Amino acid sequence: MKEMKILSPTGIVGYGFPEESFFAGVAQKPDLIACDAGSTDPGPYYLGSGKPFTTRSAVKRDMSLMLKAACELNIPLIIGTAGGSGGTPHLQREIDIVFEIAEEHKLSFNFVTISSEFDKEFLVRELKDGKMLPLGVAPLATEEDIRSCTRVVAQMGVEPIIEALDNDAQVILCGRCYDPAPFAAPAIRNGFSEALATHLGKILECACIAATPGSGSDCIMGYLYEDSFSVEPCTPKRICTTTSIAAHTLYEKSNPYLLPGPGGTLDLRECTFIQETERRVRVRGSKFIPQERKNVKLEGTRFIGCRTISICGNRDFLFIKELDSILEGLKKRTAENLKGAEFYYQLDFIVYGKNGVMGALEPNPIVTSHEVGLVIDAVADTQEHANTVCSVARSTLLHYGYPGRMATAGNLAFPFSPSDIEVGDVYNFAVYCLLENEHPKDLFPRTYYHVENGEVTT
Amino acid sequence: MKRLKDVATIIRSKNSGPYELTFDVIFTDKASFDRFCQEKIFNKGTVAKLYNISEDQVFSIVEFPPAMAVKATIVRPLCSGALGERDVYGAQQHAPLMDLPLADWE
Repeated sequence: MKEMKILSPTGIVGYGFPEESFFAGVAQKPDLIACDAGSTDPGPYYLGSGKPFTTRSAVKRDMSLMLKAACELNIPLIIGTAGGSGGTPHLQREIDIVFEIAEEHKLSFNFVTISSEFDKEFLVRELKDGKMLPLGVAPLATEEDIRSCTRVVAQMGVEPIIEALDNDAQVILCGRCYDPAPFAAPAIRNGFSEALATHLGKILECACIAATPGSGSDCIMGYLYEDSFSVEPCTPKRICTTTSIAAHTLYEKSNPYLLPGPGGTLDLRECTFIQETERRVRVRGSKFIPQERKNVKLEGTRFIGCRTISICGNRDFLFIKELDSILEGLKKRTAENLKGAEFYYQLDFIVYGKNGVMGALEPNPIVTSHEVGLVIDAVADTQEHANTVCSVARSTLLHYGYPGRMATAGNLAFPFSPSDIEVGDVYNFAVYCLLENEHPKDLFPRTYYHVENGEVTT
Repeated sequence: MKRLKDVATIIRSKNSGPYELTFDVIFTDKASFDRFCQEKIFNKGTVAKLYNISEDQVFSIVEFPPAMAVKATIVRPLCSGALGERDVYGAQQHAPLMDLPLADWE
């Protein structure tokens, strides 16, 4: 029976994986190594700033192992959402790392990068042509939203990756990518079912999170067949169970039966999960409902200012009793003290011990502990202004007089000197919607390189 | 009185994209899962009440027998990372579910 083995070393390139598990996977002679590298989970900062949320040395370590193994086995290596957010600067850091590794180890391979960062004026034209659609509860982007973004990317599906493979690519670095696509693209190209390949990719992209005990940084192998697929961790320390695989199907999505993506919706309503061996689960019955009109998901973030915070605590029940009115008064007093210095700012207080974790969703916002932790959060148009707002709020709170106060020397315990911390640039999600396009392959330009004994030629 | 944490192995929350927050409850046994579903304990009203939000902010509740799981998804009070954010990943919003009372369960 036709079989394709797909090795997923880790949940995110740069999160690491045990060498032992990886070489156990490589020893099975996989047909493909694929790995996801991205997420919007860490928030809007990374896409906006162009900075990856993984460190260079961690990525280089993971990439070295994967790249050398792919070259030795002469199989494709495909990385999705390079650099975490898939923008041009994110992709560029990973390209530099690939070249560096190739040079150090004198590797030879055909190399393709696929970019996913969009020209904003192109997107404005598409919006005006009615090609943008809202996605879930997110508002449809406006012309102003698009133009305000530092960077907008779209999630590619399998088409540009298949095109790269058709042109003899061995190592592919994708910009922003639908998570299952790097796993599914070679399988679909090899004639396997789109439904099974995509469903398998959905499971593999999180590596051993689908196993038990779960881990986002250990290797897992997918075995794809014509009518089904199986998954099994590469380490004997973990197993896949029907429950662990089914439970993973729920993870980070609103509906476990219907999973929309570029090109169509994965339909798992008739899926069955069977315990094949003690460590391996077989999945059957995944279906794919193709879209009538193809679309891709856009993500864009805009710069909104700079942040300065101060972390402090209080252990005085008289202060804690008056906390709400103190913080309300502090906001007013800070505004008065800054009057005349006209700039945009927002001042917020996070109170650990009250509703610091859940904010508005906290059903029980009362303090029951003998102490509270406070974060003074100041965001303003420039770093200097954020520093000013934080500093004024912090010094005002330190000496704030409230009813019944006994400790007149100061209201706050600061763990650090300096007390104020410059956090830097702040971004918001501003574009999160769908872009209709009949030719998704053409939306994502590819750059071809040949690497010979570590030397690069275009 | 029994509470949801007494009949579940997993109770968790996580972002489902930057605009949604999704909750998973995976039950310890099929009998509890079936009873929970049959009594329709998870509905828009109960979830809204637990999180102090209006029912229109709860946009789906799904039962998933292959995992003996029930899932609820709500609109995030703020888009992930917006000013006022408390939990960028949304991974610590599950606790009120643990204490959900299961009336008359022995």
